[in-house]
Amino acid sequence: MNVRPQYPVSRRTVLTGMSLSALGLSGSGLLAACGTPAAKQTEQQCVSTDLSSTEKTLNFSNWPSYMDEADEKVNGKTVLPTLAAFEKLSGIKVNYTADVNDNAEFFAKVKDQLGACQPTGRDIFVLTDWMASRMVKLGWIQKLDHAKIPNVDANLLPSLKGPAWDSSRDYSVPWQSGLTGIAYNAKHTKEVKSFTELLTRPDLKGKITLLSEMRDTMLFMLRIDGADPTKFGDEEWGKALEKLQGYVASSQIRRFTGNDYIQDLNAGNIVACEAWSGDVLALQADNPDIKFVVPEEGLGLWSDNMLVPNKATHKANAEALINHYYDPQVAATLAAWVNFICPVQGAKEAMEKVDPELVDSPLIFPDEADLAKAYGFMALDEAKSKQYESDFNRVIGG
Amino acid sequence: MTALSQLGGPPAAVTEKPGRRFTAYLLLLPGGLWLALFFVVPLVSLLSASLYDPSGTVETGYAVTGHWQNYVDALQDYARPFGRSMWYALLTTAFCLLLGYPLAYAIAFKSGRWKNLMLALVIAPFFTSFLVRTLSWKLLLGDNGVVVDTLKWLHILGPDGRLLATTTAVVTGLTYNFLPFMVLPLYASLEKIDHRLIEAGGDLFAGPVTTFRTVTLPLSMPGVVAGTLLTFIPAAGDYINAELLGTPQQRMIGNDIQNLFAAGAHPTAAALSVTLMATIVVLVLFYVRRVGTEDLL
Repeated sequence: MNVRPQYPVSRRTVLTGMSLSALGLSGSGLLAACGTPAAKQTEQQCVSTDLSSTEKTLNFSNWPSYMDEADEKVNGKTVLPTLAAFEKLSGIKVNYTADVNDNAEFFAKVKDQLGACQPTGRDIFVLTDWMASRMVKLGWIQKLDHAKIPNVDANLLPSLKGPAWDSSRDYSVPWQSGLTGIAYNAKHTKEVKSFTELLTRPDLKGKITLLSEMRDTMLFMLRIDGADPTKFGDEEWGKALEKLQGYVASSQIRRFTGNDYIQDLNAGNIVACEAWSGDVLALQADNPDIKFVVPEEGLGLWSDNMLVPNKATHKANAEALINHYYDPQVAATLAAWVNFICPVQGAKEAMEKVDPELVDSPLIFPDEADLAKAYGFMALDEAKSKQYESDFNRVIGG
Repeated sequence: MTALSQLGGPPAAVTEKPGRRFTAYLLLLPGGLWLALFFVVPLVSLLSASLYDPSGTVETGYAVTGHWQNYVDALQDYARPFGRSMWYALLTTAFCLLLGYPLAYAIAFKSGRWKNLMLALVIAPFFTSFLVRTLSWKLLLGDNGVVVDTLKWLHILGPDGRLLATTTAVVTGLTYNFLPFMVLPLYASLEKIDHRLIEAGGDLFAGPVTTFRTVTLPLSMPGVVAGTLLTFIPAAGDYINAELLGTPQQRMIGNDIQNLFAAGAHPTAAALSVTLMATIVVLVLFYVRRVGTEDLL
């Protein structure tokens, strides 16, 4: 008597059902997923009504540790002095979120909304030059009304006034700027003066890192060859890339990193590296052996920019905020805390009262000679950017 | 109720009411919908992305042109990290098995009243994030750390030697991170083994080694297969360990997929993802057939 139990759902029906529904879904799915539509928009196509006059609120997305914090908490909450001052002055309530961790990641977060003219829930966010340029080119950013931001016109550093991708700052205003150069740990090695030295000195083999941001690293590769990173062609790009490939193959470079080079440099796992000025300054407070060098090839200069996206409904409030942060006194307070380059003229003088020790810091207020050696990376269109990013990725992949 | 129906016959009630049939499908529905929405749909979109026209960008959009060449190009450019991923995953699985089997055996048979504590300790690392656990290896293996200093003192490492940013570090990190996935299934299948069978081995004059080889090991094979699969599959796709503990020479395919995706090269990234998935499915099918535990599938 060997009767198998008759279950209502047999394995066969389950398998048939599964394959049929998978087929059905893939059929309809394939039709629906037939490519991805173009995400380019224009400001005119995506107009939104500015509700600033009635709604005194502002949704602000920024990077972590990019806003001054008071030492003491009030009712268990961290106080952001310059932002609190803005709220008090303007009567605008700011919802501040530090949810930008990575340019590419943030792009992925908002691209479907902005590509389809949908609101992102943010009125202002902060992104690095190349990503800001990409969004401006995609038509995702609203034009600013310069009449409402007189402090910017009066106080923006001349070297930051006209980047190639936004020549009259119609769409973007720098939040903070920074320099890319070389850092080394004086406890473990002697001074490294140039990128050529960093990439060829035998005692540094396997003890250095470069940045995984394509534009930061390739800027110096182009400079080593004497090319101009603000304006170069495919041939120069190819040469610079080949150079990098050689250094990767020679095992001179230990890794390509994001911010995490800080721990390695501090611990002495690496002794020198390509580095961002703000990180170095922050690290110096704990470890005086860490030094920043202006490489012989020049410096990388970049900004993180405030942008107002399409469909943001509080543009005038955002402009009021931008204007507030271009007040030298406010800018000095912010710069003293975040340690990046202050894009506001007059902040140096205001710094006397805020923190006299920082007035002469070349990494917050770089001198004219250093800024004259600073390069921004050429603005790339989508296709070029993709090509160069893929090239770079292939080379650093070993 | 007759005695017969209690003994061997089918649970008659199951086929009696037509409504029951409906219930079974109803029970399958939530899980099925979940899978359809979060597995089948993304899979289809991944497949179609791998056939996009490679000249597309976010700005212009991507058109599905059935561009199979994407696969050829991707494999030409990324064959080395691809092979490396498979090799590292294989090494990781082997080390996990070597470390995990004795551990699972000890917990199942020798731990006595410490059994629950030891199991808890195996699972304990999961209470911290994967990222933090991997980062802590950077501290342990640091160039000026205790481990490197000791190895240098023992002349196992040369004066310029290092552990961090080497293949050793990446495979060590992978092994550490995936060890629990090996230990738990091994423990589960060892624990189920009927002790009388092992005693019977002794009664039939088999030594401990023979008993292990002919009784314990074959009976624990489902655990070995499940453990190796649970280790190999995620290890092959992992990129955190290679990113944090390796150099460009240790990059795995996951690193490239992630970077290509960020760069906007969606077709290449998708083609690599599909290839990785297909390769793993084929390897797993082949492996499970060879070992002869089709019951698992």
